[in-house]
Amino acid sequence: MTEFTPVSAAIGGLLIGLAAALLLFANGRVAGISGILGQAMWPEAGDERGWRIAFIAGLPIGAVIVAQVGGPLETQIDASLPMLVLAGLFVGFGTRLGNGCTSGHGVCGMSRGSTRSVAATLAFMAVAGATVFVVRHVLGASA
Amino acid sequence: MNRTLSALLSGTIFGAGLAVAQMTNPAKVLGFLDAAGAWDPSLAFVMGAALLVSAIAYRVRGYTAQAANGIDTRLLAGACLFGLGWGLAGFCPGPAIASLVTGSGKVALFVASMVVGMGVYHLVLEQPGRAARSANHAA
Repeated sequence: MTEFTPVSAAIGGLLIGLAAALLLFANGRVAGISGILGQAMWPEAGDERGWRIAFIAGLPIGAVIVAQVGGPLETQIDASLPMLVLAGLFVGFGTRLGNGCTSGHGVCGMSRGSTRSVAATLAFMAVAGATVFVVRHVLGASA
Repeated sequence: MNRTLSALLSGTIFGAGLAVAQMTNPAKVLGFLDAAGAWDPSLAFVMGAALLVSAIAYRVRGYTAQAANGIDTRLLAGACLFGLGWGLAGFCPGPAIASLVTGSGKVALFVASMVVGMGVYHLVLEQPGRAARSANHAA
């Protein structure tokens, strides 16, 4: 169980929105993390790797900076190791198949009014919620 | 600004935002997804604030979505698979990559599996598709 933290949540959200705005204005790109990572690893003809690798490298750097100034960097993972592997495979395959994740569809796509992104976001939120419900309340794993 | 530098800065701000919002903590994310339990609505505030800023940016820039090929099975199947993985672990791609700094073996295992999942997609679905497309061009 975690505390409700609306202020830090909103500040974090503002930073995420600013990051997406910066990538849009400076690079003309959508800040979709699964797409950036996938195309950095397996670029198609014409895909530039440099800015993609730089963006991905920035993510942990940002987290380190927050931790350095005394911010939260707690990572409580309850899933078992086999479950983490399975979940990772689903997240990797699914985000590439569906062309986006929480950032690309959930933030960037929805904010520019893409119906595909709205549909994808509703789908992954619903399935994620149903999965947590089954794991915690039907199978009875510790919450 | 140099495009590599601006991307690095954007990624850094993004990662900082994820950490400040505690999206790097799977327990926090699962608390949001667990509406039937001790629900923690914090992540709705993350999403709301991010959407607000990003929507203004897209509007100012006049960015219009590319002619989308509509809502298809591929999009929904991918989103559902992603949702399943997200619900099982509490990690989506960005927070997982940002959390690598904790040095946790579990985070590394998740990220490695995620990259393998992307690679499987690339090998199984993208390569044959591209081969078929070039074959069509040749024909």
